[in-house]
Amino acid sequence: MGEIILRNVTKSFGDVTVIPSIDLDIGDGEFVVFVGPSGCGKSTLLRLIAGLEDTTGGEIRIDGLDVAHTPPSKRGLSMVFQSYALYPHMSVRNNIAFGLKMAGEPKEVIDQKVAKAAQTLNLTPYLDRKPRQLSGGQRQRVAIGRAIVREPKAFLFDEPLSNLDAALRVQMRLEIMQLHQSLSTTMIYVTHDQVEAMTMADKIVVLNAGRVEQVGSPVDLYNHPVNLFVAGFIGSPKMNFITGKLADRYRAKTVGIRPEHVKLGDSADAVKGTVRLAEHLGSDTFIHVDVPDVGSLNVRVPGQHDAQPNSPISLVLDPAKLHRFDDSGLSIRT
Amino acid sequence: MARQRSMRRRVTITALAWLAGFIVFFPILWMILTSFKTELEAFSTPPSFLFFDWTLENYGIVQERSNYLRYAMNSVIIAFGSTLLALLIAVPAAWAMAFAPTKRTKDLLLWMLSTKMMPAVGALIPIYLLFRDSGLLDSHVGMVGILLLINLPIVIWMLFTYFKEIPGEILEAARMDGATLWREIVYVLAPMAVPGIASTLLLNVILAWNESFWTLNLTTSKAAPLTAFIASYSSPEGLFWAKLSAASTMAIAPILILGWFSQRQLVRGLTFGAVK
Repeated sequence: MGEIILRNVTKSFGDVTVIPSIDLDIGDGEFVVFVGPSGCGKSTLLRLIAGLEDTTGGEIRIDGLDVAHTPPSKRGLSMVFQSYALYPHMSVRNNIAFGLKMAGEPKEVIDQKVAKAAQTLNLTPYLDRKPRQLSGGQRQRVAIGRAIVREPKAFLFDEPLSNLDAALRVQMRLEIMQLHQSLSTTMIYVTHDQVEAMTMADKIVVLNAGRVEQVGSPVDLYNHPVNLFVAGFIGSPKMNFITGKLADRYRAKTVGIRPEHVKLGDSADAVKGTVRLAEHLGSDTFIHVDVPDVGSLNVRVPGQHDAQPNSPISLVLDPAKLHRFDDSGLSIRT
Repeated sequence: MARQRSMRRRVTITALAWLAGFIVFFPILWMILTSFKTELEAFSTPPSFLFFDWTLENYGIVQERSNYLRYAMNSVIIAFGSTLLALLIAVPAAWAMAFAPTKRTKDLLLWMLSTKMMPAVGALIPIYLLFRDSGLLDSHVGMVGILLLINLPIVIWMLFTYFKEIPGEILEAARMDGATLWREIVYVLAPMAVPGIASTLLLNVILAWNESFWTLNLTTSKAAPLTAFIASYSSPEGLFWAKLSAASTMAIAPILILGWFSQRQLVRGLTFGAVK
């Protein structure tokens, strides 16, 4: 089991309130991603759940038990750190076995569990090496191995992939997702990378300035952002925001449209602009268009498109895909 | 051309370094040389450098007149005793300051260091009276205690600087792995800080070994260490340079040998954190 429930959780450092008050339900076996810009409190929230920081107020219930005042060692959670935080003086084997030794497991059980974890993570040939003799990806696997042998109620990941290069990051992302599928243990994953959040999560928690902006499935957040912040944060490239006359036409303060929902073509309500530059990705082309009275619009065209800078271009905004926001930045639902 | 210039530069720097080293080492060398002279030769002007009648008689006399081994044993007890006890207190203290600092931690560190700025003689009378009234004068317990207190700020400071270099996340990982505070210190922090703890130990043994103000003022015979042994050769009847030198050489020999074998550790300890 690994159900985690937060009720009125607050955290202040001296006079500075980092987390005003958070309520959150994380179901058993869920893969939950905390995402938000740096300084939004996502790592602090994770550390509060881990017990590495003390809460200022509120309850943290793991499987029904309030653990707000329980030390991290007694919460039954495992954590993977951004810096891996391996024990540099211990071999890979001892790094993975450390938690089991602390729990007082018999030696045969430890050996068996370490061997199994090493096999799962392709670490068997490296068991007798020291962490400094491993590559970044291997170190990350050791950190994950150390977490899984303890069979925790939940895994906590604190930006585990940000020290890896792009290719390795994609690979490790898949490995972690596969791990979640095979273990079906609750996972809480912190990242500032919304692509990681979208691809991995069952449920995304978007945080901003210590507050939960929206909780939902990736697709839900993508299709129905509740406010400007979530709309701008989820989706890559970013949603285009338009204010002024065009927004007035839709009875909104701001309208937003994702780059993939702007089409090239001519019609009665098309907007005319000039190509500023084009990014060619092969599979897609991103065309940045300057539109008078509207500003800059980013357009995603599937496939390859030969857009020349400074050439005129005509765009159609799909009205069904428009997001409307009121004066306070909240989404207007019709 | 450029290579030649850099070669010349290196030769000059090396020569200067040797010269500086020689100047620093000269008093010790002179002391060792004097210990092999007769009293008469030790006073002669101009002084003879290497060409004199080498003799071991001073060592013989010193050994006959006083019990070197007892003084040396006292030095070992006081120096190692005070250092080990200081480490026992300083490791948890430095842990707390490095990994669980509060707003006042910096002030506390500076306050501790400030105690080293007061001249020791300022506290002599009260401490002497305290020692006298509690029967600690000329006792091992008293000497270990006073040297422990004197060196504790330095031990804590040194360990604090080492611990600061250890990433806190590794200790947090140990906590997540179910380690209690005690096991976290024993299995994770201590092994990682071994070089730092070793050089702190060495440096403080040397400091305590050479400490002479308190040892001379608070001991007479029973707990008197080698510093008192040396001092006993500067008598009211006049200085006996050769014998004093022999006594001093014997007093510093153990610590010099210890220092020689651990010099790499010591240098690392003294420059730790200065260069990354």
